[in-house]
Amino acid sequence: MYLYDQYDQQMVDARVEEFRDQARRRLDGKLTEDQFKPLRLMNGLYLQLHAYMLRVAIPYGTLNSRQMHALADIADKYDRGYGHFTTRQNIQYNWIKLEEAAELLADLAKVEMHAIQTSGNCIRNISSDHFAGAAADELVDPRPYAELLRQWSSFHPEFSYLPRKFKIAVIASDTDRAAMRLHDIGIQIVEQDGELGAAFYVGGGMGRTPMIAPCIKAFVPLDRLVTYSEAILRVYNRYGRRDNKYKARIKILVHEMGKDDFTQAVDDEFARMLDEGIEPPFAELERIRTFFEDPLFETDASEDIDRSDPDFALWVDRNTVAHKASGYVSAVISLKPVGGIPGDATSEQMRLMADLAKDYSFDELRVMHTQNIVLPHVRKADLHALWTALDEAGLGSPNLDTIEDIIACPGLDYCSLANARSIPVAQKISERFAANGKTEALGKLKLKISGCINACGHHHAGHIGILGVDKKGVENYQLLLGGSEAEDVSLAKITGPGFDEAGIVNAVETAADVYLREREKGERFLDTYRRIGMAPFKEALYG
Amino acid sequence: MDDLATENDRLIRYREDEAVDHAAVTVDSFLDQSSASAVRVEPGDDARELIPHLGRLALVEVNFPAFGDGRGYSSARLLREAGYEGELRAVGDVLVDQVAYMRRCGFDAFDPDAPLDADDLEAAFSRWPEVYQAAADSRTPIWTKRHA
Repeated sequence: MYLYDQYDQQMVDARVEEFRDQARRRLDGKLTEDQFKPLRLMNGLYLQLHAYMLRVAIPYGTLNSRQMHALADIADKYDRGYGHFTTRQNIQYNWIKLEEAAELLADLAKVEMHAIQTSGNCIRNISSDHFAGAAADELVDPRPYAELLRQWSSFHPEFSYLPRKFKIAVIASDTDRAAMRLHDIGIQIVEQDGELGAAFYVGGGMGRTPMIAPCIKAFVPLDRLVTYSEAILRVYNRYGRRDNKYKARIKILVHEMGKDDFTQAVDDEFARMLDEGIEPPFAELERIRTFFEDPLFETDASEDIDRSDPDFALWVDRNTVAHKASGYVSAVISLKPVGGIPGDATSEQMRLMADLAKDYSFDELRVMHTQNIVLPHVRKADLHALWTALDEAGLGSPNLDTIEDIIACPGLDYCSLANARSIPVAQKISERFAANGKTEALGKLKLKISGCINACGHHHAGHIGILGVDKKGVENYQLLLGGSEAEDVSLAKITGPGFDEAGIVNAVETAADVYLREREKGERFLDTYRRIGMAPFKEALYG
Repeated sequence: MDDLATENDRLIRYREDEAVDHAAVTVDSFLDQSSASAVRVEPGDDARELIPHLGRLALVEVNFPAFGDGRGYSSARLLREAGYEGELRAVGDVLVDQVAYMRRCGFDAFDPDAPLDADDLEAAFSRWPEVYQAAADSRTPIWTKRHA
């Protein structure tokens, strides 16, 4: 994985000192809260309902065991002994004191981590495929391109006061595990005539106006990747709407200009920029690639797995994913225990995951946007020992991509924007399906819950989505069906009137039952919905 | 800082030449008349309209009515890219935590609504030992240094 050189370290250290100075000026009253707000946001510090929340960047979701240990130590030292892994492949802490934030950032910098640009109207932490470098189906590892864009976008002088936040995802396989087309910029590394390049999708997003990004350029050569990105950002910075924060994302600009005119504006800007020396030397990309070379996989690793323990066999079937090296898999550690808070991990669990990564996965972990953790390179021969250790720590839930593997935002339990609680709904749904035993029969079913229209829980992209709203002071939950964030991307549609908390749990089961009744062989929930449409579900829910 | 010429309490200039002594006009009036050598660009103006006339401009003020509106950063940089070498002055809600980025985008003068603390200003300009990316200043990006 990528390691800092003295330059990267200097920049992160300088940022800590800058923030220390800004926090001091805020506490001295030299900065108003209005002036301080964008500064603290660009260091990941939000003011929530009860305390400050701090979001730590995990670039493209990749970290090593030393960093995971540091995250555990921070949970103990500055928070209440746990952290919350997010849909941005980051971690956030919910009980931070402003007075201690600079010290926390200094602790992060010691392990090559930071909270830079994890919020605010700037280019956010760049996300990627959580199986990058391991997936059997990838063209190349997408992370070197994400790292190049990380450097380009860090402390960018022109693009730090954008109309709104800006999220970039980079993938390099036709299977989309990063919700690429629901980003402001989605990049897929592709091959054309034997040459690598980038397909640019621009103007996707969720929030209150969900949109799927159109492809504006099918092939940008790799030695123009940064310049083309810069051209997009300049068009957005100049013309993105600033009159209404709900219409300020680039998706609205692309929609209002139209894809063709927007693309033309980008191309014009790009042509002007070509001689400005914006592109890094190609040797930099080659330098970065050396950090992402394959670990030394054993060439004779055994393909055999002893499946005599049925609990272990179920976990292997559900939570391991095909690897490009024979005798290896990627193993997913579920942070979705039945009745638990999706994405939460205690400091002890973090330390265990770190140690297991060191013992069994070449010292590497990944954070998934589905709020689970991946050990990317595990020998099949080590799986039983790994599972045994996980299971003893409450981390062995065999539920990847099932209805129990719920994405949920923090909701009204923490968030000042939320209209309704998300966590208790997620807990009740996972308890319901664990109790009724339908999880296995339902197979792959992505359920996503947001506590407000801002859609941090990705409800638009759920096979089943739930949106919490406020209905005359009472929490109310709308049900949505038919979304997907993957390569078959689609936006979910609302079934009809909402439900109360108990009602939404019943409604999910009702929808699941329609699928079990109607499905044809090999169909996922989403496939059946697409074939039979909304009507049978509505009939069952409201009929 | 001895290269710092002041005509009012707040004006900070990083230029050797004399400051323009008349008020800046709007982009629309500038394009309508030929006598002015100072213009003020508002966030919604297209600074590119000035490019055919850069030769007769000595001062471009870029107004920041609110510090969170970042359009002026692009206005400044594209003027520098087009070869403008006159004074580029950030005016309005210009705060000490933004001046370092403004400098990188090509601003060489600041006329903030509220005066900037001299120590804070010096700290802001000496904050960043390196830069990651190219901009309108002459600083060499880290990725170029790595492969020099």
